[in-house]
Amino acid sequence: MIQYVIRRLLMAIPVLFAVVLATFVLVHALPGGPFDAVGEKAMPEQIRLVMERRYGLDKPLYEQFLLYVGNLLKGDLGPMMHLRSQTVNEIVSETFPVSFQLGMMCVTLGFVIGIPAGIIAALKRNTPIDYGATFVAIAGVSVPSLVLGPVLILIFGVALDWFPIAFWGAEPPFILGIFPKPTAEFWHHAVLPVLTLGSGTSALIARLTRASLLEVLGEDYIRTARAKGLRERVVIAVHALKNSLIPVVTLLGPMLAGYLTGSLVTEQIFALNGMGRRLISSVAQREYFLLTGLTLIYGVMLILGNIMVDVLYAWVDPRIRFE
Amino acid sequence: MAENNQNEKENEIELTELFEEEPRKGRSPMGDAWREFRANKVGVAGAIFILLVVVMALLAPIITPYHFATQNNRNSRAKPLTGYTITTDYAEDKCHWYGTPLEWGCSLFLVGSDGLGRDLWSRVVYGTRVSLAMAMVASVVSLTIGTVIGTISGFAGGRVDNLIMRLVDFLYATPFLPIVILMQVYFQALARRGVSSGLGATLISWNQAMGGMLFIFIAIGALGWLGMARLARGQVLSYKQKEFVEAARALGASNSRIMFRHLLPNIVAPLVVAETLAIPGYIFLEAALSFIGLGVNPPTPSWGSMINEGYLGIRSNSHLVLVPGVLLALLTLAFNFMGDGLRDALDPRVHGS
Repeated sequence: MIQYVIRRLLMAIPVLFAVVLATFVLVHALPGGPFDAVGEKAMPEQIRLVMERRYGLDKPLYEQFLLYVGNLLKGDLGPMMHLRSQTVNEIVSETFPVSFQLGMMCVTLGFVIGIPAGIIAALKRNTPIDYGATFVAIAGVSVPSLVLGPVLILIFGVALDWFPIAFWGAEPPFILGIFPKPTAEFWHHAVLPVLTLGSGTSALIARLTRASLLEVLGEDYIRTARAKGLRERVVIAVHALKNSLIPVVTLLGPMLAGYLTGSLVTEQIFALNGMGRRLISSVAQREYFLLTGLTLIYGVMLILGNIMVDVLYAWVDPRIRFE
Repeated sequence: MAENNQNEKENEIELTELFEEEPRKGRSPMGDAWREFRANKVGVAGAIFILLVVVMALLAPIITPYHFATQNNRNSRAKPLTGYTITTDYAEDKCHWYGTPLEWGCSLFLVGSDGLGRDLWSRVVYGTRVSLAMAMVASVVSLTIGTVIGTISGFAGGRVDNLIMRLVDFLYATPFLPIVILMQVYFQALARRGVSSGLGATLISWNQAMGGMLFIFIAIGALGWLGMARLARGQVLSYKQKEFVEAARALGASNSRIMFRHLLPNIVAPLVVAETLAIPGYIFLEAALSFIGLGVNPPTPSWGSMINEGYLGIRSNSHLVLVPGVLLALLTLAFNFMGDGLRDALDPRVHGS
């Protein structure tokens, strides 16, 4: 298993290299540089040249790339070009925890609500409870965060005034650099964004759990378990549930990728200082290094997530063996 | 005796008539699937809603009073169902309905107007074109590329299969969205700078004609086929060893004939179902890109960009978000319902359970 994980990590290196290369080339191919203007006015030619030399932008592209990769290997994501008091590393250490906390809470919400809802719907099959749960699940999958966010703001933020409608409740410094201080303010602020991004996931998990539990309940070994007189509770919890979770785990991979799109929108709607929001603003400002760095981090997260999913997969389905 | 004979003859005729039954309606697999699908009320409702939206998109110039970019500066951010008086020259010039029985529609904001005084109904209706174009192009492109590559990969096996699947794994690990964003930014910048000759100029003029969607299509086409290729390959692998393939080969069929005449019809149903269920994702992707300002070019209306224009003023003018938002949600809901219905109808494993 450890060997497998190490091999997957090694295989990720060329992928990440290609991502960096592609991003780097695309970003630098953009017409117009970061120092074309100061505010509304055009930057004087002389100062522009000085600034470009300062960041090495006057060198040939391949030299810039080698320099960048060399810095990357040292763990340096590069300087910021407009907010010159900060480095990309600082920006990332500020914004990554926010996106990470949001994503983790959404995954948790997805499983805490999705799996029980799916089990109940499957056990009460073809009853009003099942129909209700299925309908809510399909609706939950279908309402995009783009729509759900504003609607939740309207209902719970504006009309009822229960929850704050913008900003994240935790600020740096974070505990261990990544976890929030669990203050009341934090939970209060987290409710709407997490619901916006996470309800789709929990609906998807509920649907899949229901379908696969129904399939598993038709298997022979379930009949055997019942025939030897086990209580229904034990049959479901011990024999059926773990097997029915296999397809749910496969879903985790695409789900991680889905959070990317979703978090971009959610962070924008709720004005959260996360990576997605920074990515968008860095596009407009031509923050070369920030743009490349954030894309790289997204790539790393995606790869790590997929490896984790595969490991989890082997745990729920022991028939899968890694060679 | 003679009577008897005649009787027998009559009997014979009756017998032959009995055996020559009128041709019974056959129960083809497609017919079965169609019957099954029709029985699924929610799926049918979804399909009907999608058809309705398609009709809206096709008839957009007829069913809207104004062009989507026509501004009425004196009536910005009007609430739904507000009437207003307009000068006759304005209506005559700009309103499609002027001089028709629908003329009253020229002085009524059915669902309100946006910040620039543009009729929201007209914009929403034209916005269906963007969402549907996205759904159609993205699904057709990714289905075609994915099926062809997946089929070839699964059928060829060996080194070719290995190579293609490694490539798919490789692309699968790239963060799709930042790359799409970068490509979109790159192409938009190119378009702004203006390329005057060659392939670039042609592409940019096409892009302009499509309201800035061409490059989203290209980006989706380049990266959206991965899942479909994996699915198609898995399907081909499970059918490849079946007897009918061997029979076809024994009859001397060429590889491409086996792949596309014998294997493809068998594997196409689950692929179409998977693609239908992927469509809401494409629609959402376009809306999200337009929402963050990297989708269609203004003033082309997209539901995503309309939500973006409205959401900052959501307290006072919620209709600016709700009208496109509800339609977006309904359309994705309809595709999900239809996809579910199709899956139940086409997937033989679901029958009987």
